[in-house]
Amino acid sequence: MSLLDITDLEAGYGQMSILKGVNMSLEAGEIGVIVGPNGAGKSTTLKAIFGMLNITGGAIRFDGNDITGMRSEKLAEHRIAFVPQENNVFASLSVHENLEMGAYVRRDDFSDVLDHVYEIFPPLKEKRDQPAGELSGGQRQMVAFGRALMIEPKLILLDEPTAGLSPMFMSQIFDRVIAINKTGVTVAMVEQNAKQALAIAHKGFVLAGGQNSYTDSGQNLLNNPEVARSFLGG
Amino acid sequence: MNEFVFFLNKGLTSGLIIGSIYALGAIGVTLIFGILRFAHFAHGDMMTLGAFVTLILTAVLAAMGIVLPLPLAFVAMFPAMIITAVLAIGLDRVFYKPLRQAGAKPVILVMASVGVTLMLQGLIRLFAGVRSRNMFVEAPKEIFQIPFPGASRKLVITEPQVLLILFTIIAVIALHWFLTRSRLGKAMRAVSDNPDLAKITGINTNHVVWATWIIGGSLACAAGTLLSMDVTLKPDLSFNILLPIFAATIVGGIGQPYGAIAGGFLVGFCESLAVFNWAILLRPFKDDLWFEIPRNMALVPTEYKLMVPFLILIIVLIYRPTGIFKGRVL
Repeated sequence: MSLLDITDLEAGYGQMSILKGVNMSLEAGEIGVIVGPNGAGKSTTLKAIFGMLNITGGAIRFDGNDITGMRSEKLAEHRIAFVPQENNVFASLSVHENLEMGAYVRRDDFSDVLDHVYEIFPPLKEKRDQPAGELSGGQRQMVAFGRALMIEPKLILLDEPTAGLSPMFMSQIFDRVIAINKTGVTVAMVEQNAKQALAIAHKGFVLAGGQNSYTDSGQNLLNNPEVARSFLGG
Repeated sequence: MNEFVFFLNKGLTSGLIIGSIYALGAIGVTLIFGILRFAHFAHGDMMTLGAFVTLILTAVLAAMGIVLPLPLAFVAMFPAMIITAVLAIGLDRVFYKPLRQAGAKPVILVMASVGVTLMLQGLIRLFAGVRSRNMFVEAPKEIFQIPFPGASRKLVITEPQVLLILFTIIAVIALHWFLTRSRLGKAMRAVSDNPDLAKITGINTNHVVWATWIIGGSLACAAGTLLSMDVTLKPDLSFNILLPIFAATIVGGIGQPYGAIAGGFLVGFCESLAVFNWAILLRPFKDDLWFEIPRNMALVPTEYKLMVPFLILIIVLIYRPTGIFKGRVL
């Protein structure tokens, strides 16, 4: 059985329906990338998984449990972490406090995870007492990743992690995503930079108009001339 | 020198006293705004309510014949703070929580809090009447007269004033420790900073809301009690200081607890210095001055004292719209 299983998901904001039947499944340890044109429902899919909008149909199963419409607060306990695209750090809290808040649902000793996060993001250790809001865009993204890693997630959802970052930071972020995935974390990621993202993906999902248009391995989607023409810009 | 002592008594001490009261009230208002996103207009009446709870407990203690080295009202204040905190959570449960869960806009919650204000005022008058009461059931308040070197006039400070200042210092230190060291305190700052991310992170919003009402309610009770110990307890006592407390909250930066403390003292000092008769300080130099000193040189007549917080508010909002400690924009 897959770790994450989404079947015929329909969801929207209030009366407006955005997702009209999204299907997605990820095995444990995979990187899944969701691409597609603006307004296709990519970020909406992640938000729907994370209980942030009205689900009107379909089901989401995670690790054998039905998590359809489960409240965001509960999902952290199921070890699903979400890194939103914007406002993804507590700007007035220090870097260290941001990471501590990431571990809020844990009542056990998490000092080894904290050390691990500082190890993969050395700049954070240096700036641990600085308010996260004073950091550069790239470093803020590290704080956001680090915060999400504090629950030692089984699944991490990333909403356009490279948005607004320079190309240099972009490849760094992709490297980090691969590194996080190597430690056994399943990744579901929405990306604008479809080519680079599909290159590191085990599975790719091309959404259009709130539905899957193509579902295949990342490599096959890159090689598919039709996908390339309509979604990857030739 | 006597004139200087007079200035210390009338200008600085009274600024410190009223500033402490404003600070204790403004901390609650600012935390409630930071976490629950609405201006809690019933805060003033929560103070009166707390003071009445203290009065009842004090009367019970006095009836039991208990004598303590501290004023009974001050001792009774601590259990009263707990009771008021529970009442505050109850008020939230009954009036604000259902609105929040229905997704009501902040302005609707503000209106609800105005309703709670009217209800509390009515209930207090219904059960306690409108007369003013003395919080010192067992003995008159103690007045300390401290001789000041080189002056025949003495520094005057009353026991409740000393207790108020000590309490405020301890409360501020405890609050700082809570917000920066404890898990729940940090979670409160996180929710105030970014409520959506706090939810995503799995922070239990209910606990944070309870903590907010516990701190806000208990400090409101303390402020109400200590203010009534300094003057007398009247049913409309705290309602009159509600507006300066809101001014202090906004001046300090909305949602910023340290700003609320700073704003409270700033407003308190400005108020008492604005109504202080500066002519008294100039009198010793009257022979050297080229002008006749008028009898009264207060910047603002006492009756217009309430104007001062708003003047500060306007000035701060023009030159630093987010308040002293960069708070939220309304």
